[in-house]
Amino acid sequence: MPNAKKIIWKGVDDMPEMAVSIASMRINKTASWRNLKPIIDYNKCKPCGICWKFCPEPSILLKEDGTPMIDYDYCKGCGICAEECPRNAITMHREER
Amino acid sequence: MKKVLMGNHALSYGAKLSRVQVIAAYPITPQTQVVELLSEMCADGELDAQFVKVESEHSALAASIGASAVGARTFTATSAQGLALMHEMIHWAVGARTPVVLGNINRAMAPPWSIWTDQNDSLSERDTGIMQVYCESNQEVQDTVIQAYKVAEKVLLPCMVVLDAFYLSHTYEPVDIPEQKLVDKYLPPFNPPYKLDPKDVHAFGGLTDAKWYYELRYKIESAMNRAREEWKKADDEFGKIFGRRYGLVEDYRCKDADIILITSGTITGTARITVDILRDKGKKVGVLKIRVFRPFPTDKVREMLGGAKKVACIDRNISFGQSGIFFEEIKSALYNSSHRPPIWGYIAGLGGRDVTPETIKEIVKRTEESDRPEDLIWIGLKK
Ligand code: SF4
Ligand code: SF4
Repeated sequence: MPNAKKIIWKGVDDMPEMAVSIASMRINKTASWRNLKPIIDYNKCKPCGICWKFCPEPSILLKEDGTPMIDYDYCKGCGICAEECPRNAITMHREER
Repeated sequence: MKKVLMGNHALSYGAKLSRVQVIAAYPITPQTQVVELLSEMCADGELDAQFVKVESEHSALAASIGASAVGARTFTATSAQGLALMHEMIHWAVGARTPVVLGNINRAMAPPWSIWTDQNDSLSERDTGIMQVYCESNQEVQDTVIQAYKVAEKVLLPCMVVLDAFYLSHTYEPVDIPEQKLVDKYLPPFNPPYKLDPKDVHAFGGLTDAKWYYELRYKIESAMNRAREEWKKADDEFGKIFGRRYGLVEDYRCKDADIILITSGTITGTARITVDILRDKGKKVGVLKIRVFRPFPTDKVREMLGGAKKVACIDRNISFGQSGIFFEEIKSALYNSSHRPPIWGYIAGLGGRDVTPETIKEIVKRTEESDRPEDLIWIGLKK
């Protein structure tokens, strides 16, 4: 995989035709505006993968054994995972800034 | 090989000959048969494509954009409210620079419900950046799909191939279906510069601030501008291989004409016949058909209309509060030109009302007799 690059163009002539950048999402972390942080209670979680399926970003990663992990670099705090978890294992907490 | 095809099936054949790889569509009258035939072709193994069933037109175009982004040649088709539901995704296809080809069968917008033709559906997408080509015959429909992929994939913009409901969609005409190997020679496989590919990761269409959004819009306009030349090239090359050419505009007896009629779609054929009748009576009339509407062939229009004494534009559409939309476009193309003939704007045939030689004779007569151009004339309005 190529290294992530910050988008630096001089002008229209050296820009790509479309808004496309090389792996820039590795640098461009999008979680800075999260107000509510989902936290998984692993005592309650019986890895079913439902949160992973519903996360719109997608910011939930699954370990080999299916345990979900939240990627806080990109999670936007929408709370969909908490809403969908059938075991109520995910709770939302106000971010401290 | 010649076959007798309805306009809808001419679209399907155009897509098949272009070897589309993904088709996503939702049925709506009068478009339904386009995708019916394509799904049959997929099921029979005649066409090696994925047929994606979706729950709405919005999803149909969304799926098409996704497929195009991974580098698949993609086709969809719709009409009227279906096209309106695609509206958001048309902007997306343009911004994402995905060269999807979309067949639109012109159907009047509801309410009141109508399944008959007029152009307000496609013309409402005028400012999105999708290319638009208006066809006059089923042969032209099939050929235009093939040309559309050629141009769209060069400039990375989607393209709408437009035909009249029923007058073309359900009317059977002989269509020459070219050999696949000739089409393959004309249209190489699609190979976009950037693909959605997990082995070569890119971020697509991410948040772009004011520092670069403006430049990306400029890129779209430059692509549209290049597309004028590409349409000409694609049409010339098509002519060399298949023996048929259509032009960005097509003129008929315009050279020494005092009055030039502007038409699009099937009204053109009727106008040609009427011009012949009037010419026999010594009236110098010609027809200029606008085929490629986006990008607008400004230079061609200026060149063709430069010598006319009067111009009469026939619009099967209306921009409420202004005038006919082709009229508006022609007028604005001429404003900065050195020769500006006066233009009369006629609204005709909305909701599929027949535009007959009599209608066109009336338009010519009215233009002839009038010495002051008018923007908005309703022709055949029942009083
Ligand atoms: S809060 Fe939203 S974005 Fe964050 S992990 Fe849950 S579903 Fe994904
Ligand atoms: S939905 Fe709940 S139980 Fe299922 S994996 Fe996610 S956190 Fe665990």
